[in-house]
Amino acid sequence: MAPDDIDRTFVAFERVQKSYDGVTLVVKDLNLAIARGEFLTMLGPSGSGKTTCLMMLAGFETATHGEIRLGGRPITTVPPHRRGIGMVFQNYALFPHLTVGENLAFPLEVRGIGRAEREAKIARALDMVQMKGFAGRRPGQLSGGQQQRIALARALVFDPALVLMDEPLGALDKQLREHMQFEIKHLHERLGITVVYVTHDQGEALTMSDRIAVFNDGVIQQLAAPEVLYEQPMNSFVASFIGENNTLDGTVETIAGERCTVRLDGGTVIDARPVNVSRQGVRTRVSIRPERVEVRPERLPRGVHLVEAEVLEFIYMGDIFRVRLNVAGNDDFVMKYRNAPDAVRLVPGARIQIGWRPEDCRALDAA
Amino acid sequence: MAEPGAAALTTADGMPLRAALARASRRARLRAALLVAPLLLFVLVSFVWPIGQMLLRSVNNVQFAANMPELTAWFAANPRGTPVDEAAFAALAADLRLAAASRTVGTVGTRINYELPGSRSLFTATGRAAGGLEPPYREALLALNPDWGREELWTVMRGASARYTANFYLAALDLRRDAGGGIVRVAPEQRVYVSLFLRTFALSAVITVVCLALGFPVAHLLATLPVRRANMLMILVLLPFWTSLLVRTSSWIVLLQGQGVVNNVLVALGIVDEGGRLSMMYNQTGTIVAMTHILLPFMILPLYSVMKTIPPAYARAARSLGATSWTTFRRIYLPLTVPGIGAGAMLVFILAVGYYITPALVGGASGQLISNQIAFHMQNTLNWSLAAALAALLLAAVLLLYWLYDRLVGIDNMKLG
Repeated sequence: MAPDDIDRTFVAFERVQKSYDGVTLVVKDLNLAIARGEFLTMLGPSGSGKTTCLMMLAGFETATHGEIRLGGRPITTVPPHRRGIGMVFQNYALFPHLTVGENLAFPLEVRGIGRAEREAKIARALDMVQMKGFAGRRPGQLSGGQQQRIALARALVFDPALVLMDEPLGALDKQLREHMQFEIKHLHERLGITVVYVTHDQGEALTMSDRIAVFNDGVIQQLAAPEVLYEQPMNSFVASFIGENNTLDGTVETIAGERCTVRLDGGTVIDARPVNVSRQGVRTRVSIRPERVEVRPERLPRGVHLVEAEVLEFIYMGDIFRVRLNVAGNDDFVMKYRNAPDAVRLVPGARIQIGWRPEDCRALDAA
Repeated sequence: MAEPGAAALTTADGMPLRAALARASRRARLRAALLVAPLLLFVLVSFVWPIGQMLLRSVNNVQFAANMPELTAWFAANPRGTPVDEAAFAALAADLRLAAASRTVGTVGTRINYELPGSRSLFTATGRAAGGLEPPYREALLALNPDWGREELWTVMRGASARYTANFYLAALDLRRDAGGGIVRVAPEQRVYVSLFLRTFALSAVITVVCLALGFPVAHLLATLPVRRANMLMILVLLPFWTSLLVRTSSWIVLLQGQGVVNNVLVALGIVDEGGRLSMMYNQTGTIVAMTHILLPFMILPLYSVMKTIPPAYARAARSLGATSWTTFRRIYLPLTVPGIGAGAMLVFILAVGYYITPALVGGASGQLISNQIAFHMQNTLNWSLAAALAALLLAAVLLLYWLYDRLVGIDNMKLG
């Protein structure tokens, strides 16, 4: 997706602010352009403002300041029922007194669609979520996963161009959740709809999204494709929120282009890539993924600094090994490597040399 | 399970499994029974027994048969339609003599008086003279009072001679038996109860509808306000419960009577003139206003408890699916509150149907309900059997209503809180 392609922008938040109490802002100056057909996820911890943004888009909350546009048209004064946005709620919100078929018929009836067309659309929507033959059941008679599918079908049955999903998989168990992630993803690809998805589950966000907006404290911390977000976090919040991450604090010692060296607080010097540090002498927090730590330093390019580490714990996890180390005073430093035939098995108490490629270690803002 | 192999199952030490289970649960069952025993006893003594007594009394008819044995025997021996012969008058004379001696002639007279007003004095006067009666008794009695020859009197006495009778129920429905034993309506000017029943149900229905109309928005507000303010509002809703019924009713009198606060304000504002003061008290308006006020919490509380359980997401989902707020209310919110509406309406209606104090105080003549008539027969005419028959009819009507509700909405759909 090309986020800066103005013509393809479908949903736009412009300088949107939201306050509930007139004292604090839950959403601070939000600018976001969502392209037609995009799957965008708003990811963040609870209270970060992501659900508020979704509710403003759906029309259940009004923006305190700024403008939201849908298809180029400002929608601030448009009531929710005229926005034509499909929505899947956290606990599905299927109407318990109506059957599945009646639930699906509801959005069509209020639009004055005739019976024959209604039934065709309902059949198609049920088929789409593989729930054919369930039209006569009541929501209470369905399992969580089935209710989830019906909620999805109901949000799609009236062919909205935009579908909002508010943590729709939160109530499902892990296996079902992963299965549904793929189904939603496939539906999105097949129907070409625009999806705005809210979750606090980063795995879900990484699996499904075209782009992810990481929210914290009412501000988008980073807006990028999943792989960019994972591999090139722009600040320490994103680095720590997405995936597992090791952090070490220190001071920038030398800086030259794409390389810098950092003297950790324990005195050790390491190599890193400067991301948002610009000059020598500033405090920084470096971040490195556990799977990018090299247990066999001889595989690294010549000249990189190696670090001494003490093995605290060695966990056999089947396909990988997970090792907890003490590195420069941080005894929560985690390293993961594949269970290959020639992989070394470490014993607690051993002292080893580890290292990493300078570009895998990112020098971020000091948190 | 009754599988063939199950019978042979035993515990580890060889005891049959079934017996072991029974023994293990016996203590628990016994303790549970002991815990509910006081309540069970209380319900039996204070509820089941009195209602049984009431139903019995509504058909019970011993005053006449117990004190007029010979005439009762004659009625039993001669079917309806037999001409009243000398033997019947002889039995009557003998019984009157006996009753006068044992001072029960008044009781008998009272019993006949229920159905034939004016008969009590006939009995007591004849009773005083009964000692001097000589055969032929027919002529003697008719000479004493020609009323003894009235066919109507003999029909009533025959009806009263049975140990059990449906006559009180007939009376409660403005019906009576004619000379041939057929059921006919009483004279138009004596028809009281049917119209009173109808008025009771109509007024109760009006009160229920008003309570629903007033209570629904309040319950919704209670269910959606933030907890602190909802609690405050809840106290206001419950406030009437903490005030004496008499105080509340009297304050309505103060407010609504002819020279009351509301009328004075209206006159002062020039909306009505001195001669046009509204009569809002001692009529149906007074009954409706005061009873609505008293019964309102019984509508609000079940509604509130149901509304509290309806997640706001339903309304949001309906709106996002394209429904206007009115459609959302009509198609989604209202159907979900039906259990509360049903429970509240049943509570208010049943309480209103049996209400006594408020209509007695503020109802005047036109605002009286059937329970006031029941009280009247309990306290003034002392015709407890008629009072019991009226009460039993009321009970039957309420049960019928309950059955109808179950058929239409389903009792398990009702949520009382």
